[in-house]
Amino acid sequence: MTPATAAVNGSPPQQPPAGREPVLEIRDLSIVYRAGDAEVKAVDHVDLVLAPGETVGLAGESGSGKSTLALGACRLLRPPAVITGGSVIYRGSRVAKEGVEILDQGSRELRKLRWREISIVFQSAMNALNPVLRVRDQLGDVLDAHLHLKRDEKRERLETLLDLVGIPRERLRSYPHELSGGMRQRVMIAMALAVDPEVVIMDEPTTALDVVVQREILAQIVELQKRLHFAVLFITHDLSLLLEIADRIAVMYAGKLVEVGSAEQIHNRPAHPYTRGLLGSFPSVHGARRELAGIPGTPPDLRSLPPGCPFVPRCRYAAEPCRSIDMQVRPVSGSDAGHLSACPFVVPEPPTGTRQPQAPTGAKTAPGRSES
Amino acid sequence: MSASPTRTEVLPAAAARGPLVLEGHALSKDFRLSRGPRGSVLSAVRDVSFGLYRSAVVALVGESGSGKSTVARMLAGQERPTGGQILLDGAEVRPWARRTFRSYKGEVQMIFQDPFASLNPVHTVRYSLRRPVRLHQRAKGKDAIAAELERLLERVRLTPAEQFLAKYPHELSGGQRQRVAIARALAARPRVLLADEPVSMLDVSIRLEVLDLIDELRSQFELAVLYVTHDIASARYFADDTLVMYAGEIVERGPSEDLTQQPAHPYTQLLVASSPDPDSLDRSVARPASAGAVRRAGSALSTTVGCRFSPRCPFADDRCRTQSPPLLPINSQRAAACWRLDVAAPELLSETGEERSVPMKT
Repeated sequence: MTPATAAVNGSPPQQPPAGREPVLEIRDLSIVYRAGDAEVKAVDHVDLVLAPGETVGLAGESGSGKSTLALGACRLLRPPAVITGGSVIYRGSRVAKEGVEILDQGSRELRKLRWREISIVFQSAMNALNPVLRVRDQLGDVLDAHLHLKRDEKRERLETLLDLVGIPRERLRSYPHELSGGMRQRVMIAMALAVDPEVVIMDEPTTALDVVVQREILAQIVELQKRLHFAVLFITHDLSLLLEIADRIAVMYAGKLVEVGSAEQIHNRPAHPYTRGLLGSFPSVHGARRELAGIPGTPPDLRSLPPGCPFVPRCRYAAEPCRSIDMQVRPVSGSDAGHLSACPFVVPEPPTGTRQPQAPTGAKTAPGRSES
Repeated sequence: MSASPTRTEVLPAAAARGPLVLEGHALSKDFRLSRGPRGSVLSAVRDVSFGLYRSAVVALVGESGSGKSTVARMLAGQERPTGGQILLDGAEVRPWARRTFRSYKGEVQMIFQDPFASLNPVHTVRYSLRRPVRLHQRAKGKDAIAAELERLLERVRLTPAEQFLAKYPHELSGGQRQRVAIARALAARPRVLLADEPVSMLDVSIRLEVLDLIDELRSQFELAVLYVTHDIASARYFADDTLVMYAGEIVERGPSEDLTQQPAHPYTQLLVASSPDPDSLDRSVARPASAGAVRRAGSALSTTVGCRFSPRCPFADDRCRTQSPPLLPINSQRAAACWRLDVAAPELLSETGEERSVPMKT
């Protein structure tokens, strides 16, 4: 509740739990893709904060702007993407106390910040790793760029890094194509952690992997985080995964933040109709069979968004005022602190509502199955 | 029992919905490897038998490389099995043969994972749909074809049809493209639909709609559906029966709900335990999915002896490492290929008593 984190533009303060000073603070960030005269708003006035050691999940479908937001916050975007406004402040323990405005940094300063302070694990490790370099050389490059280590120290550090992510040391000599998909992703994680950053952005790190390997990698991330205390911004389209691993979850739709809350709030008291729709869309192998609903309609076309709430065409609660509302997240009435939603009209249903497991006799337990 | 070539004497739940349409019997597929030890052979699929029944969905679940897509491709006639037979209405067919290919395609159609790759980007939806309508239906004349195209698009809920017919694939969303692919498969008026990961490339919010659509078409046209997926949770909701593949073999089969809620084979157990549990909010992701599971992929090399899951299996003993376990019935509807079910799933065995006999396999 410190005023230091009070938001710009009168948007409500969005704070990490326990009032800790955020390590990464994204305020009112807007990013557009310019194509000729046309502009596509990929990220539209988004606020997001990340506390030290916290895991924040960023959920959204393809085209929702989740990756653009993360890449923009690291200044990794290239034209036609342009950051049109906002601020991204990094406050790690190794930088000045008032923090660093990432959007103002020149390329030399950025090079120092990247990996050292903020690192990224990309979805496709096969594309992110250099196919003609051995694991040792790729990891070594990161160390050389940021630390001045003697040869012995460097070798030791490389071996420790592989131990950290559970890869046998002899794999240092391997090329990426000699590793399995899971191992490549582990190498990516080792590389992201190589110089001890305080923020790690994970952009769909497990999406391309099989569930068993996915779970092993997630377990590894959680364990490493406990030991090394870095903060994670975890981007994925899979909300079910986030409910398990994230402290807080932010949901994006059509470039806008639609809901923010703790995993518990999002699970038990989802406020925004889109979040509710997402929660009702995926089948789970665990627990009783429940009613699945899905979200009708098609994902939004960012080139021609309707005014007001972009979810209106697919929303079953939509009414006339929705077409003119200002998409700003506000505290959810009736919920506890830190739970914000962009929909002022839908009040969260009590916990006994939408997500109550249904008996198998439910109307539509299997999708659309009508007895023939 | 001898009338049916299916060796495992289980009665699939899918059989309750309708008669057997398409059957794979002891299907195998070997790929000769150009690298590695001389003459080494990868058996991508080994001895896989199952049937597809009218109006029923059978799911084939497995990780990448388990051979599930190869099975679907063999049934579609796109890959020639190195062993086993394919039976349509009880008669052996050779769908890969040039003479039978087209008539077989009129009965068995396939939809693919990537709707971006499966539609020709330089042609309109009309073009993509008109060809199968002409080839497989006796629809003659412009008007009859136009009416049929419209009907097809309405069936997959792409309306107004006229507007979608004129579009190119890049003008459609992923979900719409997959609907076009489904419409194209329906154009042949098939009795069997093979769906290879039909929703895994789509956004979460529209996956359910596409699955719902396939299910609706299944019941409307009494389609026998094979649903190939890596997502065992969707198999639970969508399929009557589920077959779990590991390293080219079926390791467990049974009614989807029973199999997912009480998995017998240690691999199925690992798969279920690894699936996200949205109701677990305590970051229990750190829980080991299976005690002692070793991180080593199962080998599908033909030289591998014993159970292919044994290197990762917490229950493996000497027999597992030397003898390959056959797929044996657990009860009237379920079967599993595991020597150690007494340890892995004791509660399942005690339910049925000790009726799991061990026939000698030569």
